Amino acid sequence: MTRRPGKGRRQIALKDRLAPVLISLASVVLVFGAVAWFVGTAEQWPRIQRQFFSIDAMIEAAPGVARGFLVSLQIWLISLVCIGIWALVLAIFRAMSGPWFAPLRVFAIVYVDLFRGLPALLLVLLFGFGIPALNLPGLPKEGLFWGGVALILSYSAYATEVYRSGIEAVHEGQGMAAKALGLTQWQTLRYAILPQALRNVVPAMLNLVVALQKDVALLSVLGVRDAVREAQIYTARTFNYSSLVVAAILFLLATIPLARLTDHLARRDRQRRLQGAK
Amino acid sequence: MNRIEIEQLTKFYGERQVLDAVDLSIAPHEVVCLIGASGSGKSTLLRCINGLTEFDEGTVRLDGVDIYDESFGRTGLYKRIGIVFQAYNLFPHMSVLENITLAPIRVHGRDRREAEAAGLKLLELFGLGQYARAYPEQLSGGQQQRVAIVRSLATEPDVLLLDEVTAALDPELIGEVLKIIRDLKTSGMTMVIVTHEMGFARDVADRVCFLDGGRIVEQGNPHQLFSKPENPRTQKFLERIIAAGRLEATV
Ligand SMILES: Nc1ncnc2c1ncn2[C@@H]1O[C@H](COP(=O)(O)OP(=O)(O)OP(=O)(O)O)[C@@H](O)[C@H]1O
Ligand SMILES: [Mg+2]
Repeated sequence: MTRRPGKGRRQIALKDRLAPVLISLASVVLVFGAVAWFVGTAEQWPRIQRQFFSIDAMIEAAPGVARGFLVSLQIWLISLVCIGIWALVLAIFRAMSGPWFAPLRVFAIVYVDLFRGLPALLLVLLFGFGIPALNLPGLPKEGLFWGGVALILSYSAYATEVYRSGIEAVHEGQGMAAKALGLTQWQTLRYAILPQALRNVVPAMLNLVVALQKDVALLSVLGVRDAVREAQIYTARTFNYSSLVVAAILFLLATIPLARLTDHLARRDRQRRLQGAK
Repeated sequence: MNRIEIEQLTKFYGERQVLDAVDLSIAPHEVVCLIGASGSGKSTLLRCINGLTEFDEGTVRLDGVDIYDESFGRTGLYKRIGIVFQAYNLFPHMSVLENITLAPIRVHGRDRREAEAAGLKLLELFGLGQYARAYPEQLSGGQQQRVAIVRSLATEPDVLLLDEVTAALDPELIGEVLKIIRDLKTSGMTMVIVTHEMGFARDVADRVCFLDGGRIVEQGNPHQLFSKPENPRTQKFLERIIAAGRLEATV
């Protein structure tokens, strides 16, 4: 067959573009269909389904788990704000040079080493049970509060490092130009370095945001009635695990879009840098 | 009186001596070009003049006053001596006008509207008026470097330091930047220029200093230095430059 320029050619091009999409679609359906068939026909499947995917149990557990999930979301959002601010303060401490700022710098370094080296769960237990047990006057006594503080302290260590890498990625000439214009160290950070650094760190920060969303569940060990805790309560009462699956679905509904957003931003960032480099 | 006086300036980076007892005086309205091989200490010398790099020994005076004198305050020196770098170092997240008004507003406390009006006027003067709202990445290298020069002029300095300001530019963009520097010379600006553009140095400089190993081994008016260098090291340097085709041999 002879190919003529014009319409025919464009149709072929369209077909060429469509073919890979169709192939991947078909292979996905095939593979997952096979898995579903394999699982569905297994001898144990009805038992598994009753235990984990019972629709009745799910519907029954959903309100409680959803209420718990709202608690998780609240803790998550409040912690995020606190982490964003506290880690930025630490990163600024770290970035200040000169002998006068040495104590702040050392504090930030020790802080990051300490809190990055300890498991979040350990901190949650230590703060959430330990501090209320001290009965200190004037301080809150709820495990929820202190557990939240533990998460914030722990995650701030990671976030500080993310900010720091963003600050260090800003070209050193920027700092020199700012200094030559007479800006103080603080003004240099504030007007020249940080606006660029914050833009650099968005993708890495979003990774932490997703990770924190999951680690909020650690507070359930303190008896905080978050999604996981509510699901456990239901499980303990009925010996059915479908409630945990409901909690899992809620977590995924929240984290998957965030993960996609992270990917999208990272890709856009890379493209921008490639364009900048040409 | 000399505008700038450098005496016995010495600088170490760790064990390595980068400047070795440099003496240099620059008169008002004089244009001095520093030439020399890579690593000879040209940039370091330039950055010592406005206190951007700290030195170990010697003094630098501006109009007879030590640059570390308290009378300059924290920012006085930076206001009176501007510097422009090879890589422009414009702030990419700020528009051209914001780049130019940052120091006048934040450092010297000028009223924003007043500073913007002055900045616009300066941009117009250098043929960059239409780019006031543009961002650096939207401009060509030559335009960015011209903006960087305007930024350093926004605080009305008495002295301008230029560190290889054309070295990062495509050849066809070098001319527009050199023209600005010539115009600045005509307007009487005192300048210290580090450059690899020997032809330009010969045209624009009142005096050329050849640096080697952290020392000024030879200086003189450009015609004398380029055509009859006396020091063997200057001769060798210029021979290499001519061989590389970066300066037409003059006899
Ligand atoms: N921040 C620094 N730390 C350590 N050594 C440095 C630093 N800056 C410069 N040097 C060294 O000091 C010497 C002089 O450097 P300088 O930048 O002044 O040379 P230059 O004449 O400007 O060279 P070029 O033509 O390559 O710009 C070089 O050997 C360089 O490696
Ligand atoms: Mg240099």
